[in-house]
Amino acid sequence: MSADACGSCAVANLANLQRLGLQVEQGEVVVALTGNPNTGKSTVFNMLTGLRQHVGNWPGTTVTRAEGAYRSGGAVHRVVDLPGTYSLLSTSSDEDAARDFLLFGDPDVTVVVVDATRLERNLNLVLQVLQITDRVVVALNMMDEAARHGVRLDVRHLERELEVPVVPMSARRGEGVSELLEAIASTAAGTTVGRSRPLRLPASVAAAVDLLAGRLAMEFAGLSNVRWVALRLLEGDASITDALVDGRLGDLDAAMRCRKAS
Amino acid sequence: MRLDELRPPMDAVVIGLDAVGAERRRLMDLGILPGCAVRAERVSPLGDPTAYVVRGGLVALRRSQAEKVVVGLRTPESGGPNGEC
Repeated sequence: MSADACGSCAVANLANLQRLGLQVEQGEVVVALTGNPNTGKSTVFNMLTGLRQHVGNWPGTTVTRAEGAYRSGGAVHRVVDLPGTYSLLSTSSDEDAARDFLLFGDPDVTVVVVDATRLERNLNLVLQVLQITDRVVVALNMMDEAARHGVRLDVRHLERELEVPVVPMSARRGEGVSELLEAIASTAAGTTVGRSRPLRLPASVAAAVDLLAGRLAMEFAGLSNVRWVALRLLEGDASITDALVDGRLGDLDAAMRCRKAS
Repeated sequence: MRLDELRPPMDAVVIGLDAVGAERRRLMDLGILPGCAVRAERVSPLGDPTAYVVRGGLVALRRSQAEKVVVGLRTPESGGPNGEC
């Protein structure tokens, strides 16, 4: 076995994990942590960064985003822990924070933390995230709980269906963390290429989305996910419409990017 | 019948959503879609909201939301008692 293979195996990943806590300034790779409420996002975050972000067994524990960093495989990763959300579409104010970062923060990798005991319900958000990016890793958390409830999951099958890496883990016990590190690194490096799932729209709607997206791109130079925004506007989404009308949409994009660059 | 008429431990199948816009979207994001089994799990002390089991997870809905969900009795073809669809 070559030294390279040794250096990139899961065990070496964990051994080389250097938790950097709050030293986020030098982050080269931006990793967003999202997921339904109460799926263990903050536990994963703490495992990666060595921080002690407040963790609670109830929804709404993380109301604003927390940031931390770790070094693995030579690269510094900046991790953004977002409030739990069921959807990118119907959001409350704390969910807005998560949605805005995922859409406009342009993270290098988006990790969707999923509760293995409530997989079906959690997959809604996974599919919504896959509509906007292919750089996704699904962290199938709470595998220990699932096993305790007699739930067995066919991880490989799930991975084939979703076409992005799926990492079974139990963050609370520290299981699967090295595999997660590896999936994040290879997705960030582009050696693992997932597949996004853009919505298939009827031709008339697609034409309207294209038209509107073109106008948005002119109005807000560099705005991410203009097609997604255009579709929301066509749907009459109140919060996106408001953000457009008062110009916040452009600021939002700038603010999210600024954070990444700083 | 409407979801708010369901009392623990009654279960039913979602037939449709009598809501539009953000309200409809929210219900769908919580996993409440036609064909999905729901079970009334428990009612809060003041009678509102009520918690329902949907797709293996617990969802609390206000009466004003639950009355927008049209449900019917379960048939052998519809989902299982734990809310799987």
